[in-house]
Amino acid sequence: MVAESIQAARTVAPPRVRPTLTTVPDAAPTVFDLTDVEVFYGSFRAVRGVTMAIHKNQITAFIGPSGCGKTTVLRAFNRMHDTTPGARVAGKLRYHGVDLYDPEVSAVEVRRRIGMVFQKPNPVPKSIYDNIAFGPRVNGVRERGKLDAIVETSLRSAALWDEVKDRLSASALGLSGGQQQRLCIARTIAVEPEVVLMDEPCSALDPIATARIEELMRELKSRFTIVIVTHNMQQAARVSDRTAFFSTELDSATERRTGTLVEYDATAKIFSNPGDQRTENYITGRFG
Amino acid sequence: MIDAAALRGRRDRADRSFRGLAIGAAATVLLVLGLIAVTMTARARTVIGELGVSFFTSSRWSPADGLYGALPFVWGTLYTAVIALVIAVPVSLGVALFITEVAPRALKRWLIYAIDLLAVVPSVVFGLWGVLVLSTVLPRSFLAAGVVLAIMIIPIITSLAREVLETTPVADKEAALALGATRWEMIGASVIPHSKGGIVGAVMLGLGRAMGETIAAALVIGSATGQITLDALAPGNSMPAVIANSWGEADTLQRSALIALAVLLFAMTIVVNLIATTIVQRSMRRARGTV
Ligand SMILES: Nc1ncnc2c1ncn2[C@@H]1O[C@H](COP(=O)(O)OP(=O)(O)OP(=O)(O)O)[C@@H](O)[C@H]1O
Ligand SMILES: [Mg+2]
Repeated sequence: MVAESIQAARTVAPPRVRPTLTTVPDAAPTVFDLTDVEVFYGSFRAVRGVTMAIHKNQITAFIGPSGCGKTTVLRAFNRMHDTTPGARVAGKLRYHGVDLYDPEVSAVEVRRRIGMVFQKPNPVPKSIYDNIAFGPRVNGVRERGKLDAIVETSLRSAALWDEVKDRLSASALGLSGGQQQRLCIARTIAVEPEVVLMDEPCSALDPIATARIEELMRELKSRFTIVIVTHNMQQAARVSDRTAFFSTELDSATERRTGTLVEYDATAKIFSNPGDQRTENYITGRFG
Repeated sequence: MIDAAALRGRRDRADRSFRGLAIGAAATVLLVLGLIAVTMTARARTVIGELGVSFFTSSRWSPADGLYGALPFVWGTLYTAVIALVIAVPVSLGVALFITEVAPRALKRWLIYAIDLLAVVPSVVFGLWGVLVLSTVLPRSFLAAGVVLAIMIIPIITSLAREVLETTPVADKEAALALGATRWEMIGASVIPHSKGGIVGAVMLGLGRAMGETIAAALVIGSATGQITLDALAPGNSMPAVIANSWGEADTLQRSALIALAVLLFAMTIVVNLIATTIVQRSMRRARGTV
């Protein structure tokens, strides 16, 4: 099934060359452009000094020890911090050159283009069908036939169709954890975003479900730009084109540990020949 | 080596005495309820013996002729309660949603405080307000009673609904927001489905309260010898109101009739609560995905 849809995808998009050590297509258009991004929770500066560019149709992985701010940075990409009381983003975060935090920019519009899959699968307490159809509906798709088609193609893309096609009207909460997470992925791609942000999407899944989702990501890459947070370094090495390593350091101003971007480069480079000692320590398992 | 005996029988004494206490308390509550039901039913039997089922089916209540038909009061109770719900439910849900999803934090605290204060205002105060203020614009009638009851149950429904709405997991809300939903779309997709059961429960509790409310209804309903009419501006009467208003000068048979009304009201509120519990449980099961 998955193989089939990969085939299908191949017929529309030419196969990509897997990047080797030096051939990450730097020339790929920039989607996000961050300059000195900082995120605060109240007066606590959780992250500082993040300067990086995310490229189109690539998979970018965020790795780093717990609490270093990977989730915090990821949530800045789709204005998810807007809903957290006290959270604030500083610095410049541009999406196709537009400042995402410009007061003119609407978070709703941003999130329609930049989707997110959360660490814990979070289907809403409605049917499988309604979970998928919700996004297209709020985007103005009303026709039943069109919705049906979107639901089917999204579920097929997420390799879930065969398992749920006979129970689309059953509650999504009755699915297994792995199925729920694939449902959440299906739901995200149903609105045809440009970017898909994924926060440890496999942390609650078994190796088989994880492998399916990784396969899925490689397949989706031709259609979406993907940013994934992961604690699994093999996963980062397997699926991503670029890897960003975050870590914490003592913020002399507040005496608290603040997250920061240590190194950002082609995945192959990060894992074979990192430029920073801290990166090397982390990927070889010597934490510190 | 651990032998089986060491694992068995180690439930400690505190645990056991707590169990005893809990069972005792539960038994006491049931006993009191049972006693009330038994003594009330016993005293209600006089009127049933005298009039038979016509107590439940007749719409004539005429103590002078020894006729006691409960229907007008059943009607008055249900009609005023429904009017109260029609007014109170949209207002309560609106206020509860405003508090949980829209109001800035500072305002939110004050609103919660104000609603909780309203919930503890004695009902006689609302009743007197109805007599003094409301009656200048509305005649004493089903509608006037419905309005006063609505004002009384708005804080109850609001405060319960707010608590339910607030339990919506952040993850559920973020799920909708991340798909580009506006705040209202998010409420429809995440908050309401999550809270449906609890909201129904809150409304039913409000209904129970409205049905049983005595003094406020007694003051503004008009205390006409009950009539069954849809005319909301007609004066009427309700079960608790007629009990309170005519107990004093009632003879034995009439008292028995009033007690029978009370037992009937008791049964009706139990039915309302059973229905509420069933709806709440079913919607919770559905939300959990077992249906
Ligand atoms: N809502 C919040 N309010 C206050 N502090 C927060 C909040 N969310 C995160 N933090 C703090 O910000 C820092 C970064 O947290 P974040 O969740 O981004 O880390 P992470 O790298 O994703 O960690 P993990 O790998 O454990 O998920 C931590 O110190 C955390 O305690
Ligand atoms: Mg995280």
